[in-house]
Amino acid sequence: MLALMAPSVVFVCFLFALPIVLFLFRAIDNAEIPEALPRTTAAIAEWREGELPPEPVYAALVSDLAALRGTPQLALLARRLNYAIPGFRGVVTRTGRLLPQSMPESPKAALIAIDATWADPAAWGVLRQQSGKVTDFYLLSALDLKRDPSGSVVDVDRDHAIFVDLYGRTLTVSIGVTLLCVAIGYPVAAVMAQATPAAANWLLMAILVPFWTSLLVRSTAWVILLQNEGLVNKTLIWLGAIDAPLALVFNRTGVYIAMVHVLLPYMILPLYSVMKGISPSHLRAAASLGASPVRVFFTVYLPLTMPGVAAGATLVFVSAVGFYVTPALVGGPRDQMIGYFIAYFTNSAVNWGLASALGAFLLVLVAATYLVLGKLVGFERLKVR
Amino acid sequence: MNGSAASPLVRFSNVSKSYDGRTRVVCDLDLDIARGEFLTLLGPSGSGKTTTLMMLAGFEAPTVGTILLDGKDITHLPPHKRGIGVVFQNYALFPHMSVADNVAYPLKVRGVEAADIKKRVDAALDMVKLGGFGTRRPAQLSGGQQQRVAFARALVFEPELVLLDEPLGALDKQLRERMQDELKQLHRRIGVTMVYVTHDQSEALTMSDRVAVFNEGRIQQLAPPGLLYEAPESLFVAEFVGENNRLEGNVVGEEPGGLRIRLVDGTTLLSGARQGLAVGTPVVVSIRPERIEIDGADTPNRLPAVVDRTIFHGDSMRIVLRLASGTELVVKLPNARSARIAANGTGVQACFGAADCRIFPKQVS
Repeated sequence: MLALMAPSVVFVCFLFALPIVLFLFRAIDNAEIPEALPRTTAAIAEWREGELPPEPVYAALVSDLAALRGTPQLALLARRLNYAIPGFRGVVTRTGRLLPQSMPESPKAALIAIDATWADPAAWGVLRQQSGKVTDFYLLSALDLKRDPSGSVVDVDRDHAIFVDLYGRTLTVSIGVTLLCVAIGYPVAAVMAQATPAAANWLLMAILVPFWTSLLVRSTAWVILLQNEGLVNKTLIWLGAIDAPLALVFNRTGVYIAMVHVLLPYMILPLYSVMKGISPSHLRAAASLGASPVRVFFTVYLPLTMPGVAAGATLVFVSAVGFYVTPALVGGPRDQMIGYFIAYFTNSAVNWGLASALGAFLLVLVAATYLVLGKLVGFERLKVR
Repeated sequence: MNGSAASPLVRFSNVSKSYDGRTRVVCDLDLDIARGEFLTLLGPSGSGKTTTLMMLAGFEAPTVGTILLDGKDITHLPPHKRGIGVVFQNYALFPHMSVADNVAYPLKVRGVEAADIKKRVDAALDMVKLGGFGTRRPAQLSGGQQQRVAFARALVFEPELVLLDEPLGALDKQLRERMQDELKQLHRRIGVTMVYVTHDQSEALTMSDRVAVFNEGRIQQLAPPGLLYEAPESLFVAEFVGENNRLEGNVVGEEPGGLRIRLVDGTTLLSGARQGLAVGTPVVVSIRPERIEIDGADTPNRLPAVVDRTIFHGDSMRIVLRLASGTELVVKLPNARSARIAANGTGVQACFGAADCRIFPKQVS
């Protein structure tokens, strides 16, 4: 038994659980700064806030930067500090470039001469906050929060606040897609469950063939279908239903249409299997006991199909929350979901700390949804049969 | 028509049902069901008995013909307006409701007041000896208990007619026999009309006031159990109801005691009289195993045979005899007399009276 399980356990541990833990750790990991500035981070701990740091701190920074000069680490440090203090990238690179070869008489005066930012106690305050081995900087950023120079948590400027909106948008779109999938998928699954085996097979094929097609292809196809000159608009104009093309793509409408299409099979398949398992004699019994068809539906059929609804809705919601490709292709700039930003910070901005923090909150979001759903409909119903 | 005692509660007239437009599952059915009777529809699977029940319940519509309930045409009335209780083979209890909620369902649907519902549900559960089980879920009950809940649910709204579709089919033998007895007592106590579908002939004989034997969509015989057993009108009924020995032969002449039959091995026997069988007609003779005596006295028919084997059944023995023609003849003896059984291979005589033989014209297939 254990031996049979071992390969999958090892696989899951090393290729699933461990990478997730390591990546999540990046959300609080701050090794870059202490490694690049060992003397400064040691010296700055002695400094009191409110005034400029004493000469030894400046001296430590000068020797740290001197050691980094000419190495790629200087650029990395500059990028990292730029997250915390906008514009700091230039300050660090310039200081590194203009630093005198030997230790000046007054390192403080020398640094301030190179860049006036070094005379700003706020900048030093931020530098000290970021000098630990771990940091809450990324997690706070991912919640549109930051620490002010005095160390208390405050909101970021309205112009820079994007992430709270992003969670709200991700949740809204995911819940909307889930509800649409239930509304569209439930009747389809019910018809399939009642259909003759031959008809049910055709319907199943009609659902599975798109399901087997690449997500990228399907999302791109929607762009072609929904654009102003696309099939949908042309047909509607030809039918006389509309005069001017509807804006169906590169906005929220397009995101809903494409995501519902992509995720519908995840709703229909578990629902279908649950509905298939409902004995017709339950419905007949209810009818024989005097219940009208509407009453039979609400008192017997719907309750008995709830496990399927719960399983399908969970699958759709959890998948929707992490969607990236489809909104990126058919959505506008204001329709991007959390997955887009995780990809952006991982690939383009190379800010893995922030990407990890966003990933951590995505995980929290999904777990919270699962717990709430579990409390509402019961965990045993969330199982996919 | 009104609900007077003389008029039938249910009348099928000229009802046929076909699913595909070609083969008929039920053919030209005419059937009256009397008030208060326990009628069993008996037959092999595919004989149309369940389809007949489903048409009465309203789950299937007849292709032609009409069904009257209490004089009113219900042929196309939807099931929920018929007010007929139905008990299903797999119980069909709602798994998401408690036992009490299951039983209360038909009352809630009818808008009965909550206090009244509770009283009637408790009474119904007491009636099936399940008082105090109301809060349980159906899945927590045994098969027999679930079936009783199904009875209570079908009876609680006091329907005039209750349909039972092989309700005991899923139970083991002992429990089935106990439930048969309970159901029969229940029927006697509340006097509701019951229509019972089963393929188990012993169940049909045990419980029914009348049995309708179905085959190939038609009623072969409709009679009380005793008559059905003693005087089957067709070979099918004789073979389907009760155990049966089958001998083939030809009519060779008429005698004062009945018809003289020559069997295929040349021996002859005297059977009970039957009209309309000319000399030379190929016939099948049917004899019940318990009507054959081994080496008995004073019987007109004595067939020489050899004891082939003995089968022990607890309360009875089956002794299999082999005639000269190779045909096997089963004799059933109560266990009390089993001490006198001859050993295998012994030559004996199978003895039976003329009236114990039912003869049927042999069907040419």
